[in-house]
Amino acid sequence: MLMLITYDVNTEDREGKTRLRRVAKLCLDYGQRVQLSVFECEVDPGQWETLRHKLVSTIAPEKDSLRFYRLGRDGKRRVEHVGIKEPVDLEGPLVV
Amino acid sequence: MRRLLNTLYVTTQGAYLAKDGEAVAVRVEQETRLRVPLHGLGGVVCFGLVSASPPLLAACAEQDIGVSFLSEHGRFLASVRGPVSGNVLLRREQYRRADQPEARALLCGCFVQGKIINARTVLRRFLRDHGDSADAPAIASAASSMADMLDRVARATTEEQIRGIEGEAASLYFGVFDGLILTRTRDFTFTTRSRRPPLDPVNCLLSFVYTLLAHDVRSALETVGLDPQVGFLHRDRPGRPSLALDVMEEFRHWLADRLVLSLVNRGQLNPKDFKRSGSGGVVLADDARKDVLVAWQKRKQEEVLHPFLDERMPIGLLAHTQAMLLARHLRGELDAYPPFLWK
Repeated sequence: MLMLITYDVNTEDREGKTRLRRVAKLCLDYGQRVQLSVFECEVDPGQWETLRHKLVSTIAPEKDSLRFYRLGRDGKRRVEHVGIKEPVDLEGPLVV
Repeated sequence: MRRLLNTLYVTTQGAYLAKDGEAVAVRVEQETRLRVPLHGLGGVVCFGLVSASPPLLAACAEQDIGVSFLSEHGRFLASVRGPVSGNVLLRREQYRRADQPEARALLCGCFVQGKIINARTVLRRFLRDHGDSADAPAIASAASSMADMLDRVARATTEEQIRGIEGEAASLYFGVFDGLILTRTRDFTFTTRSRRPPLDPVNCLLSFVYTLLAHDVRSALETVGLDPQVGFLHRDRPGRPSLALDVMEEFRHWLADRLVLSLVNRGQLNPKDFKRSGSGGVVLADDARKDVLVAWQKRKQEEVLHPFLDERMPIGLLAHTQAMLLARHLRGELDAYPPFLWK
């Protein structure tokens, strides 16, 4: 299933910057950055539980926020991209 | 059901594959061209001068992602796999059957039947769509001879007899293969199968797509815990993935050959997409190679009905399904191995 993950991490202090880096890195382990602070991850339910748990335990709930959008099994079809930096379709042919 | 995992093909010369978090990063001259999380990958295939970092290879080995290294033109060089996984009892049974003449003959029969039935379907499908072609009578007679061969395979008792019939069927099929090429017949002609090196564009395409198929089938066998080197129809030879070649037989004609035919018949490839190499063989030019890889990956996403399991699945998963059915046969859960029959 395709998950869309967005976040706001408060970076006023050093811990905030660390949290921001960690959250971004976690999302990158499971998917790709499609815009600043916006990630798309194609995961199965098990992988999603792991990723969700890691993300939730990384942020500081009193300062930061996370939003998860479940786009479902055919998630790719529900997304339209306009403009620059069109992300790679990781499910399509990967030839470099 | 298992998810169809993607395969990453790296054809850019000088590319370096590194582990970046839990993802593989393809770097060319310090610049990251592509970054793919490992969890969506089932395999990585590298062409020519492509290198990979040890931590990446270790991560691939741990997550059952097969990494194959091919020459720039698609000849198999090496592959990196993790410690052999799967059930040792299953592999022992595979070796035991490979030593028993009756068990060998039974499996040879299954593989060859699958191959001939699918070859015949390819020919009959052609006749249905292009019955007015000048080669139609020859193709029709080849298809009907194959029906007799199937009876002979069913009656055969030794693997030598079955191998003989398989050889006859293959020469019959490749004898009429040129008739299946519809367009640009002057640029793309087929006289006989040539390999190592392939001597004309059509043979070059066939060899290339067979290598891609072999990578996928081999990975699938390893995933279910079978030893890809110990085959039944193909005899043991050091370094040869004989079991992968056995299981490939039922896929060659309807999957690999038809992809080659559609690339040629739709005019997606031109004579200038092929180069002559130093050894007299014909090789694919860089851009054309990418086109073939994209076509192959797209074809694997198309869905077909698996007649034995009565389930629709992407073509890319069939190798896994067949490996699983073969394992079930070896475990004694199925009396015979059911090859995939293309409808």
